[in-house]
Amino acid sequence: MTLWMAFTAMFILFVAFFILYLGMTAGRIDRLHRRIDVALISLDSHLLRRSGVTLELASSGFLDPASSVLISEAAHAARLSTDLSSTQRDRAESELTSAINAVLDLEEVELIQSEVGGREILEECAAASRRVELSRRFLNDAVRACVQLRQQRSARWFHLAGHTPLPQTREIYDHVDISDRN
Amino acid sequence: MSIKRIGIVCPYSWDVPGGVRSHVADLALTLQSKGYEVSVLAPVEDPDTLPDYVFDGGRPIAVSYNGAVARLSFGVRATRRVRQWIREGNFDIVHIHEPVAPSSSLLTCWAARGPLVATWHSSHERSRMLSAGYYVAQTAMEKIRGRIAVSEAARETLVRHIGGDAVLIPNGVRVADFRDQESVSLEGTQKILFLGRIDEPRKGLEVLLRALPQVFSALDRCEVIVAGPGDQAEYQDLVDPSWGSRVNFVGAISDEEKRRTLRQVDLYVAPHIGGESFGIVLAEAMAAGTAVVASDLPAFDQVLQSGKSGKLFPVGDSEALGRSIIELLTDADQRQALVAAGNIRVMDFDWDHVVQDVIAVYEAVHTAGEKVKEDLRGQVVGRFAGRSPGLSEEQI
Repeated sequence: MTLWMAFTAMFILFVAFFILYLGMTAGRIDRLHRRIDVALISLDSHLLRRSGVTLELASSGFLDPASSVLISEAAHAARLSTDLSSTQRDRAESELTSAINAVLDLEEVELIQSEVGGREILEECAAASRRVELSRRFLNDAVRACVQLRQQRSARWFHLAGHTPLPQTREIYDHVDISDRN
Repeated sequence: MSIKRIGIVCPYSWDVPGGVRSHVADLALTLQSKGYEVSVLAPVEDPDTLPDYVFDGGRPIAVSYNGAVARLSFGVRATRRVRQWIREGNFDIVHIHEPVAPSSSLLTCWAARGPLVATWHSSHERSRMLSAGYYVAQTAMEKIRGRIAVSEAARETLVRHIGGDAVLIPNGVRVADFRDQESVSLEGTQKILFLGRIDEPRKGLEVLLRALPQVFSALDRCEVIVAGPGDQAEYQDLVDPSWGSRVNFVGAISDEEKRRTLRQVDLYVAPHIGGESFGIVLAEAMAAGTAVVASDLPAFDQVLQSGKSGKLFPVGDSEALGRSIIELLTDADQRQALVAAGNIRVMDFDWDHVVQDVIAVYEAVHTAGEKVKEDLRGQVVGRFAGRSPGLSEEQI
């Protein structure tokens, strides 16, 4: 009789601990989902800012017409892509990065810097790009942590993530290299 | 600018000098000079002597941590202080230093939610990372949105033990603090400085001592100051008694004394034989306007631009070090040229410059209108500490 009671008590205790563990893990997943949401908003705003600054650069008159058209088209395409799927959007943003890098070679940078107001706009462009890089990196960090946690057996078997689709990392070529920082 | 109020957390006692503490102080002062409102939370021994930007995080308790005795604050009282700081601070960003340190840092990770940024300073061993308390710690750690590492070694620890990545932002130097020091050049003697723990072979004191016979026979008015903690008896065999006071072991010195001494000497020697990830001290010497001779470790080579802003010699080569010292001390023009180049180079390491990268991280994780708030979900101990009149848990 006592043995039976001890067994039951232990079993109940075990179940209680297990439920507590599941609850905590669900909490972690939930928190990561929220962190990803915020990171997505942040990435979104920095992407918009970057394309905005690029458009400003394109219309500043510092660039030759061909370069201007090139980057303003790319920036425009990037801004329109906000309605599209994230894969298509990432492609448009990557193309914008390539366009900026292609246009702003060392010679061009030096030329713009010698103009009044040129240095400021280049700095703004570099700063906006840097923030895109950072926020994408932080987003992907959160996504990876979340995916890892959701792939744990307990998370899969007990459906701890609910109906939230598995988050995806964002793959954008986003390294803008404006060489002269001085 | 949507970010205005910034909270910074230092896990170690504010009264004790140390790397993380001075990093936090420099960062706070630099951010203030850029127009941000900054509050630092740190354990404090003596609340009466605090600068006004530091918030008393509770009395620290000396415990053994990460191979040394550290003064940390923890427990219900410390948690209450952290919560009060978060509530009253109304921060746009909270920047936590050394987030795994079981002190105000870990408590803040745990008690706050919102835009959190963390900086990893030191490397840790794996065993402790996997200890029992770590599940809880990891849960708290998952709230951090942006991670920074000050060195490649710190980043390595993070990647290997916690997973994920970090942005590398090296330590800065407050160049102005070094330039403020008055430079008292002592007529007649030429002084060489060594800085660093003398009982750590990788700091390379031995390389310098072996170069001295050659230096002293060529220059008869040259003296060496060895500053740093450790037992000088270990070097008995290498110190010739006839040198007398020409080699002066002064023991450990404070930051203030370090700045003054760097400003006074003619030459700073960094004979390290390995293990340096950055070499902040080279930047400090350049900031003080002192010529630098350093071993050609990759990190030093990079800081000194392959010899442009400081003289390099092959690692461990006392002979070459001796020659470089003699050359520089006899050729004032060459020394001046190095100092001038160093003055320009060090601006890359100036906090004024480094802080831009930190601000970029803040902006990358912050969304408009967001504030750091208390986090009371699912945290049993935290609930007790947070139970104060006028605040219902359900509202969060």
